[in-house]
Amino acid sequence: MKQLTALQQQGRRSNSFRSNSSPLDATVDGAIKSPATIFWLFLHGLCCLISLVLGFRFSRLVFFLLFSASPSPSTTTIYSALRTTLPTVSSPPERNVSVDSGGSRVVVGRHGILIRPWPHPDPAEVMKAHRIIERVQAEQRSQYGVKNPRTVIAITPTYVRTFQTLHLTGVMHSLMNVRYDLVWIVVEAGGTTNETASLIAKSGLKTIHIGVDAKIPLLWEDRHKVESRMRLHALRIVREKKLDGIVMFADDSNMHSLELFDEIQNVKWIGAVSVGILAHSGGSEEGDLLMQESDADEKDEKKSKLPVQGPACNASGNLAGWHTFDTQPFVERSAIYIGDRAVVLPRKLEWAGFVLNSRLVWEDVEGKPVWVKDLVEIGKDGEDIESPLSLLKDTSVVEPLGSCGRKILLWWLRVEARADSKFPASWIIDPPLDITIPAKRTPWPDTPPELPAYVEEVTTIPENTEKRPTKSGSKRKRSSRSKRKHNAKVLDIRASTKHAGDN
Amino acid sequence: MRNRRWVFAFLLWFVAFWRIEAFKFHRAQKTERISGSAGDVLEDDPVGRLKVFVYELPSKYNKKILQKDPRCLTHMFAAEIFMHRFLLSSPVRTLNPDEADWFYTPVYTTCDLTPNGLPLPFKSPRIMRSAIQLISSNWPYWNATEGANHFFIVPHDFGACFHYLEEKAIERGILPLLQRATLVQTFGQRNHVCLKHGSIIIPPYAPPQKMQAHLISPGTPRSIFVYFRGLFYDVGNDPEGGYYARGARASVWENFKDNPLFDISTEHPTTYYEDMQRAIFCLCPLGWAPWSPRLVEAVVFGCIPVIIADDIVLPFADAIPWEDIGVFVAEKDVPRLDTILTSIPIKEILRKQRLLANPSMKQAMLFPQPAQARDAFHQILNGLARKLPHDRSIYMRSGESILNWTAGPVADLKPW
Repeated sequence: MKQLTALQQQGRRSNSFRSNSSPLDATVDGAIKSPATIFWLFLHGLCCLISLVLGFRFSRLVFFLLFSASPSPSTTTIYSALRTTLPTVSSPPERNVSVDSGGSRVVVGRHGILIRPWPHPDPAEVMKAHRIIERVQAEQRSQYGVKNPRTVIAITPTYVRTFQTLHLTGVMHSLMNVRYDLVWIVVEAGGTTNETASLIAKSGLKTIHIGVDAKIPLLWEDRHKVESRMRLHALRIVREKKLDGIVMFADDSNMHSLELFDEIQNVKWIGAVSVGILAHSGGSEEGDLLMQESDADEKDEKKSKLPVQGPACNASGNLAGWHTFDTQPFVERSAIYIGDRAVVLPRKLEWAGFVLNSRLVWEDVEGKPVWVKDLVEIGKDGEDIESPLSLLKDTSVVEPLGSCGRKILLWWLRVEARADSKFPASWIIDPPLDITIPAKRTPWPDTPPELPAYVEEVTTIPENTEKRPTKSGSKRKRSSRSKRKHNAKVLDIRASTKHAGDN
Repeated sequence: MRNRRWVFAFLLWFVAFWRIEAFKFHRAQKTERISGSAGDVLEDDPVGRLKVFVYELPSKYNKKILQKDPRCLTHMFAAEIFMHRFLLSSPVRTLNPDEADWFYTPVYTTCDLTPNGLPLPFKSPRIMRSAIQLISSNWPYWNATEGANHFFIVPHDFGACFHYLEEKAIERGILPLLQRATLVQTFGQRNHVCLKHGSIIIPPYAPPQKMQAHLISPGTPRSIFVYFRGLFYDVGNDPEGGYYARGARASVWENFKDNPLFDISTEHPTTYYEDMQRAIFCLCPLGWAPWSPRLVEAVVFGCIPVIIADDIVLPFADAIPWEDIGVFVAEKDVPRLDTILTSIPIKEILRKQRLLANPSMKQAMLFPQPAQARDAFHQILNGLARKLPHDRSIYMRSGESILNWTAGPVADLKPW
């Protein structure tokens, strides 16, 4: 806002057409009239000269302050006084033409810019505003949202492993934000454990924690099969307890958007949503993957499209078929066992992309459609149920959701730690970390480090790595930045103080 | 005894049923009827209530001006052109001037544009004068009433004062020849020289198709508390502030620039219309003139307008109860804007949103092509119809003359 006076005068007078008929004409006319105006002109000229010399606009208010002789002006009045230039002081009288026909209070001319003493947000007002926003949004939801919201029944198969806390916390927080009633069925392989129980107890949701005797096998293929069996087990619980609502499958490593939960309220019997597949490749394979993709782009094939699994519609909006994930480009490099540093591939159609009305699995309920098989007959021979479509005799009745599969409402991802990684059972690091490298300057007064000890510290570092292991190592394995440091663990620890911020 | 019990039971059931009915009705009602000081007049149909005669002026007053600069069809003063087109094909038009209640002169005075697109008003008084001289010499109807049953559309910054600088406009005053005519203008401020009694205030033109194209689903949650995009300081014309917008916009900036509730900036985002639909309050402060197309945009997008312009008169003020729909903040209260807005009871806010959701409200602010029922064109005709029947006294006795044809600055008297 501060401009050189010369530029100001010019800007006022010639550049913009708005000032074409400038007030200067008025002042020139007025000068002839009275000595007061001559005095004002002289003062004006003096101030212009001072401004030219100083380089910024010299406010004539200073004269007012000098002559008003206020004994000790407080900072607030000075603050507001400097900002509010009174119209009678800083502009010649001709400029102020007030309309007083009918007693108007609105005056043309320069007004002060009113600023309150503390022009910053007031926390009480901010809270009130947020309450208003919430209330307005609730009103919007009641007008345009779902009329009769049904309970959401989320089924999550899980087991205790390094990344369980990571994944399960993500799903938990998503479910905690869902605005509808929720029942969370957590099926755990290898029986219920205290770790899982304590984790899901923190959610405050209504949970049903059940254990299944099978242990999760090492190979991904088998893991998919065991997970399907766990989900079927959960469906049997739904059937036994006659839980009413919409069943959705929230795998613990998937990412759900909250729109998903709004969208599935529209399902009648069985619906399908589009799932975005994040075929993540772990570790150093990523470079190869990128290169391969760029080759594909050059060849201009369909591989450059985002991999999505879900319903495909014809022009009239009815279900015409299915989009599935093309595993072709990954087939050689797919992960075999859990923790393998290769691409983890999804199955043809993931369970997560389907939602069911819970009444489909109930025993006998009127209105149950004829095209659904009874839950008891499925999976009892131990065959692999790949997707809920096996529950149906006729797959054409599936309703496509999310504007016919065009919206991706959840993302499928499978990431697991290496099999030999150790992990902390809770968020406590026990035994506590020792100082491996003393800081050069501690924020608190301390004994300065002894130099000879430094050399010994370095040699003991490899031993320390075993005790406090690759908790950081395995986490960093996920981020692409750590690829280079993967093998050099010694360098890692030393660099850990610098890079702690990255993780 | 048994009868009475029966009757009692029946009454109880009847009351319960009625209450439920009433409750359901209340819940289903998402909008409210709008009725201003003139009553429930937004939905009136003017056809059959008035007759308008359109003078045939040579094309140098309208078509040729438009041909020189077709930008006049899209800027915010385009109402004068569209009103002309509307009247030419409207059922209220009559070809027989003797039975007309109102006379319309199609002269485009706001179409002389700078390269930037802003209209220059320096020739407008001469154009208007020349047009009036033409109609007064070719038809007897002007002289019969000295223009009292004529109306003119003057959508410029300060209406028929024909200047963009407020002091100059006040000095000039309304063009003397128009002192008896009805003016249809966008400028409205109480106790101001440029607002004649009996003028009809209209909204500025905002392109309806462009706004329709940017509508988003009404279920999108409104998460912005206060929204504004525009200048706070007009650096080219008023660098230090205090002159532009009487310092009100600068005050908004200085007080609320770091307030997370206020999404205000000078950017020109492409998602401007979509953002307005995600906001609860939209600021409509004055600029060089008190009116702005922001009011139209706020109403169309369901955002409660916060009007910061002292003594402003809003469009169709007798048909639309603006105090119930918008929030009026005095310019001196701008530093307390956050307190004012958060202390509005939530029921009031929800009621204002319901009023804004009324489709007749949105229609009344728009100038769609082709014209639709209850749009701004029809509201203008409604306003004209409400002024009927003309008082007998407007007719001049022979030889009598009130208008001074040589009044005004000398430069205006040059022929055009």
